[in-house]
Amino acid sequence: MPRLLLFIPLLLFFVLAAFLWKGLSIDPRELPSALINKPFPEFSLPALQQPERILTKKDFIGQPVLVNVWATWCPSCRQEHEQLLVIAQAEEIPIIGLNYKDERDLALQWLQQLGNPYQFNIYDEEGMLGLDLGVYGAPETYLLDAQGIIRHRHVGVLIAQDWQELKLIIKGWGSVEN
Amino acid sequence: MIPEIGEFALIIALFVSVVLALIPMYGASTGNEMWMTYAKPLAMGQFFFVVISFICLGYAFSQDDFSVVYVAQHSNSQMPIQFKLSAIWGGHEGSLLLWALILSGWTFAVSRFSKALPLDMLARVLSVMGIVATGFISFLLITSSPFARYLPRFPADGADLNPLLQDFGLIVHPPMLYMGYVGFSVAFAFAIAALLSGRMDAAWARWARPWTNIAWAFLGMGITLGSWWAYYELGWGGWWFWDPVENASLMPWLVGTALVHSLAATEKRGVFKSWTLLLAIFAFSLSLLGTFLVRSGVLTSVHAFASDPERGFFILMLLALTMGGSLTLYALKAPNVKSESSFSWLSREVFLLINNIFLTVMAVTVLLGTLYPLLIDALGLGKISVGPPYFNAVFVPIMCAMAIAMGVSVAVRWRETTVKAVLNKLWLPAVISILCGLIFPLTYGNGFEVRVFLGISVSLWVMSSVFTEFMGKFRNAQTITSRLKQLPLSYYGMMVAHVGVAVTAIGITLVSTYSEERDMRMQKGDSVELAGYQFTFQGTHVVKGANYMADQATIVVTEDGKSIVTLSPEKRRYNVKNAMMTEADIDPSLFRDLYVALGEPLEKGAWAVRIHYKPYVRWLWLGGILMAFGGLLTVADKRYRQRSVKLEATHA
Repeated sequence: MPRLLLFIPLLLFFVLAAFLWKGLSIDPRELPSALINKPFPEFSLPALQQPERILTKKDFIGQPVLVNVWATWCPSCRQEHEQLLVIAQAEEIPIIGLNYKDERDLALQWLQQLGNPYQFNIYDEEGMLGLDLGVYGAPETYLLDAQGIIRHRHVGVLIAQDWQELKLIIKGWGSVEN
Repeated sequence: MIPEIGEFALIIALFVSVVLALIPMYGASTGNEMWMTYAKPLAMGQFFFVVISFICLGYAFSQDDFSVVYVAQHSNSQMPIQFKLSAIWGGHEGSLLLWALILSGWTFAVSRFSKALPLDMLARVLSVMGIVATGFISFLLITSSPFARYLPRFPADGADLNPLLQDFGLIVHPPMLYMGYVGFSVAFAFAIAALLSGRMDAAWARWARPWTNIAWAFLGMGITLGSWWAYYELGWGGWWFWDPVENASLMPWLVGTALVHSLAATEKRGVFKSWTLLLAIFAFSLSLLGTFLVRSGVLTSVHAFASDPERGFFILMLLALTMGGSLTLYALKAPNVKSESSFSWLSREVFLLINNIFLTVMAVTVLLGTLYPLLIDALGLGKISVGPPYFNAVFVPIMCAMAIAMGVSVAVRWRETTVKAVLNKLWLPAVISILCGLIFPLTYGNGFEVRVFLGISVSLWVMSSVFTEFMGKFRNAQTITSRLKQLPLSYYGMMVAHVGVAVTAIGITLVSTYSEERDMRMQKGDSVELAGYQFTFQGTHVVKGANYMADQATIVVTEDGKSIVTLSPEKRRYNVKNAMMTEADIDPSLFRDLYVALGEPLEKGAWAVRIHYKPYVRWLWLGGILMAFGGLLTVADKRYRQRSVKLEATHA
């Protein structure tokens, strides 16, 4: 019997290797296809700045918006922040923040120090909305059309080039409507 | 022409390593002495050809040969020469070539400095390293040759190296880290040789130990340098991010730490043999796994390397062959190695075992946290992320428990100790550390912080128990100096390394509790106070670097009206990639860092300025240096040289 125990490390390794094998065929940056062109999930969560205010999907339906998933524990979010400020300044599309698994005090402090590019922030302390959205990790950015349908997902830091691409997508809609 | 010579040399090196993997191993298993003696010259030949290949790539970089794809993608004619050369390992292909260079270097070193090793053992060790080299060099040649050309037309200039990497940190951090990663291949090879020959005694541990300690010290140094580099280069004062790539280096270090201790017990007391073998296999496996995670792109990371599933597949196969093979061998052969002595429940053996378990649990925790998103994804349960909250929540308590056991393990003796003797030794350190732990948070900062109490107490506990044990050595000594000389160097090494752990723990506790920072809009003449220091912004001017333009700010720091230092943080724009970089300026000192970084330019010549006050942050890295130094000190111990001479005499 003890001799069989010695095979445990080998077995564990095979289990691990099987997962790594599977992992190779998965792109972590890929959106679960189920959500693209589907409505943004329903939610009811407090606002970051005003805890008593409850936000739902209705608060941003009616115009195209960017939903940006961020957290103070995420170093890449800090890197991304400057670009978000640029987008906010251009006033072409409102940015809704989804503060993900974070602490309210820290998040408020962050916005005060680094500037606030968001129209408002959804405070998703438990990460439930993040789960529904299929958030892989912060930062992530979703482009929603006026009907609240998810049209595009960007995983990782949004840089100037990505913003140009997003603008093209938005422009595309404009021409269709006209 | 030169790059083709490089490629050709690498192909020859591959053939040499194949022969090295086969012939001496076969000789050792059949008892053919002549075939065994081939190991040494083959190790030398392999090293020689990889060096040639490496020099060729270096030459291509120094001559701006942009017909070579790898050079064109990672260099630029404007780059200063030291960055051109360190750009050799600025990307995937070159990093792998550095891996191969260091691996063949270690192989060569083992063949040179193991005169005491019996011939069959040496032949097996070198052959196992030859197998690893075969895997890596064929990986290089098949999926990622750094010598591929852009032909017939090639770019006039290179695409430049990522500005983040154009820094002193890139010159030293990767080579150190790889020395550690690859160094564990020596311990691995020794373990396999032991399993194959069925011979694993104190002599075996004495041969394997110095190599393991050196590799462990390098890995620790590499991690320390990486943390320091991130701190000053990323521009916001963080020093550890629980990023998959960082975790990939932390895991082998943790298991390596367990291995270093387990080897000590095997050498001194002949115990934990099969555990030592398993740790040696795992330390190297985790190094390979780290390479897999970084290079395959299965995890998203802030270290945005170009990733490629084909390469991932190749490394996974390598991992499966080495690990599957060695663990099968372990399962079959490990029953042959038996521990030689017994010990009671209160003995150093038991506490080393406890600490090994803690270290292994920590490594598993980090592994789970790193792979969890991947596991969940592979099971089709969705996509999730694990952030620092998870790691801090599980890591910190285990570390505290381990630090407590660490203090005890120094005070207990091998084989057996009485409870009374331990209490006699340890009551004083316990009182001192709890008292100081209470006093410190009350006098430093505002208000009592429980975490500071805990952190300071356990750190001082580790330190004071080491010192008490050290003082105890002098009780029956005739003169202090003679006793100082009597104590073996490895004992001093242990002390230094343990103090290093305490120093790092103090640094972590204090910098994560008492750091202060402010982000401000500052105009010329504006002044701000932070932690008792006055920071005055005196405007910016433009400076020109070799391949960038920068706005350089002048910020004068004063304390109570006395001038302390003038800091000059920069915001750089690199010409080629048009990339912005924040270059922080730091006034370092033992008890605090003042850290200033420029944010964005605002209207009317104002700037967003970020100012940090980082108390005791240097202690983090100081402790890391002490640990590595302690590891090296142990290797310098006389007994590894004396015994080898004696052994040679008996074998002759």
